[in-house]
Amino acid sequence: MTETTTTPSASPPKKSSLFVLDERTRKRNAAETRFRMYGITAISVGLVFLVLLFTSILRSGIPAFTQTVVKIEFVLTKEQFDKAESKMLKTGEYQNIFVNALIGQLEARNLDVNVDSKSIKRIVGKPGGMIRSFFLENPDQIGTPVSFEIVASSRVDGYFNGRVTRDTLVDTRFLKASDLDLVDALQEADIIQGAFNWNFITGTDSGVDNPGGAGLGASVIGSFFMMLVVLFLSLPIGVAASIYLEEFAPKNLWTDLIEVNISNLAAVPSIVFGILGLAVFIQFAGLPQSAPVVGGLVLTLMTLPTIIISTRASLAAVPPSIRDAALGVGASKMQAVFHHVLPLAMPGILTGTIIGLAQALGETAPLLLIGMVGFVAREYPDGIASGFMDANSAMPAQIYTWASRADPGFYEKAWGGIIVLLLFLITMNAIAVILRRRFERRW
Amino acid sequence: MSLVKLATSALALSVLAATAAAARDQVQIAGSSTVLPYASIVAEAFGDNFDFPTPVVESGGSSSGLKRFCEGVGENTIDIANASRSIREKEIKACAEAGVTDIIEVRIGYDGIVFASPIDGPAYTAFQPADIFNALGSKVLVDGAIVDNPHSQWADFNGDLPAADILAFIPGTKHGTREVFEDKVLLKGCEVTGAMEAMMAAGLSEDDAEDTCIDVRQDGKSVDIDGDYTETLARIDANPNGIGIFGLAFFENNQDKLKVATMGGVAPSTESISTGEYPVSRPLFFYIKTAHIGVIPGLKEFASFFVADEIAGPEGPLSAYGLVADPELTVTQAAVANETPLGSK
Repeated sequence: MTETTTTPSASPPKKSSLFVLDERTRKRNAAETRFRMYGITAISVGLVFLVLLFTSILRSGIPAFTQTVVKIEFVLTKEQFDKAESKMLKTGEYQNIFVNALIGQLEARNLDVNVDSKSIKRIVGKPGGMIRSFFLENPDQIGTPVSFEIVASSRVDGYFNGRVTRDTLVDTRFLKASDLDLVDALQEADIIQGAFNWNFITGTDSGVDNPGGAGLGASVIGSFFMMLVVLFLSLPIGVAASIYLEEFAPKNLWTDLIEVNISNLAAVPSIVFGILGLAVFIQFAGLPQSAPVVGGLVLTLMTLPTIIISTRASLAAVPPSIRDAALGVGASKMQAVFHHVLPLAMPGILTGTIIGLAQALGETAPLLLIGMVGFVAREYPDGIASGFMDANSAMPAQIYTWASRADPGFYEKAWGGIIVLLLFLITMNAIAVILRRRFERRW
Repeated sequence: MSLVKLATSALALSVLAATAAAARDQVQIAGSSTVLPYASIVAEAFGDNFDFPTPVVESGGSSSGLKRFCEGVGENTIDIANASRSIREKEIKACAEAGVTDIIEVRIGYDGIVFASPIDGPAYTAFQPADIFNALGSKVLVDGAIVDNPHSQWADFNGDLPAADILAFIPGTKHGTREVFEDKVLLKGCEVTGAMEAMMAAGLSEDDAEDTCIDVRQDGKSVDIDGDYTETLARIDANPNGIGIFGLAFFENNQDKLKVATMGGVAPSTESISTGEYPVSRPLFFYIKTAHIGVIPGLKEFASFFVADEIAGPEGPLSAYGLVADPELTVTQAAVANETPLGSK
């Protein structure tokens, strides 16, 4: 900001005093005061919207980080295990075993409520998959008491965090008002309780009838692999292109044309890159669908113009005297650029790259077309190659998917996902700011 | 520095190109956003219960799913297309041209389309197709003449309806739901009110009259929603006078916010839809490429699992979520087991 003075200076009219403001000066001062007021109003309006946005995100998203769990210890016998494994819908059988075990324990405790298997099923979510995978991994635990924390159904969870109340609850096959009495009794008996939802951060996506099991972890990994591709392709290509254009290329019609088109590319809507990705990388080059490598390639195309423009700006900001001095002591053109100009331009280049990456991280539209939106992020990749090639989603795509699901529990998850995504973006932007502050040089 | 990175990235690219040839080991599905929830439930259960990897289910709409399905045979094409309508002749032809023959059609059940409004909004409790047509059609019959829709309130044409401004959020044209809405509500209402007869009397051919019937008004009282039902819900939340069109399962999941209207005197429910009493319902399908069976591991197992009684039957998780079970499920199960292709019945 430049310094402004409110008191008028310079030659006063002959008949007036320095200490009495004349009409024109008063008008000018009033105009300036008004302008300052406009500025302050504009900033306050912006701040109000920002605060509104953040409070609504936090209010809707915080519940996603908590969950309601049913804690019980029970024994799975070898016969039960064999019987369940012989069925087609094994997880359904495990769920029945769990429900029966819970009912048995509740009856043993003599709780003063009606306990029937239907209402228990409405209260617990879908524990079958989790119980089965536990016993498949730990077959030695069959026959011994194991303590489980089973996620409750999305409406019971809503009852705990205030989304569902007794007044708004409509009796449906998902939850009945009478079930809430049982939930209260269970809570008193310390069987059902709130807990931090680690699974939301580390877990994978789940089916639409199982919001309690949904997590963002796999899609964070998907985003990570995509960002790796973007970084390792767009940074070298972008920097090399800008160095050539800025330092070596002759100024002629061709380079002008290229420059104009780079600026044009930066303004192309991202969905266009998605269509291009589908046509070129999947249909022509034969890369797999839904793979982070394709997502990364598409986002690279999108990020390249941003990086080229910011790199060229920071190269151009290095004063010519540096180049002249280097050339003057006998450096070649290339030595002058790589030994002197590029190191000085590096902070600006890094900042531009990080901001480009942050933009790519939040992009959903191109991913729609290459198959990364839907029920995709179900499994963690097995290794580096599988991380690039196997079907996975990305954070913004996962949020988009959740937001379109019917169960209100998923809507909450979508807001929670937005909080995580914002944390990533804020961190990246903060790194960019710190780099700029530490290394930037002014002349 | 950038030279080193350039070299490493070139190396990385060549590694990627080498692994690209690796075979796909999971089933790829794309298509209708109405079928997506059911497919995702089955996919999760399939991954939990079998040793095959969890199938990937993408969204996008019936038409775009079938288009990708018909792109050809091979690992870079999808194995299954979900659709909220049956495949069209044109699409079968496009498929055949790309080498996709022997398609298996699998009907998984039925879906109801309901008219719902905010729970504390005006009392829209009973609609007839004629009411919807009178409210939303672009040309309606008033005093024996076909005119541009003059109605601004529901009570203008039916005294039993509340005197509230007409505002409806209907699925956009890329949705399969729109077609059902046009055929079973607008066209029906057009015929019942006599507007269609009047149009044909005025010299329109039958096809043109039908096209005019399903044309919705463009003055902002009918709003196309191209997104999902969540968007419709958000819009009627903001406009308490509005009505929205939802799938039965979506409505049932949000009964604390929505109230549903009867259509033709029948309340939508799993029972009234499975008996066919509730008029606005449609079958849901998925289509399998026979050529991929045996190539993509788990494809046939997934299809049989999808239509098994434990999954798609009346007691299964799909019904629990809101799908109306198909009474003829055994026929479908047999068709999947025998890999009966489309058109050979």
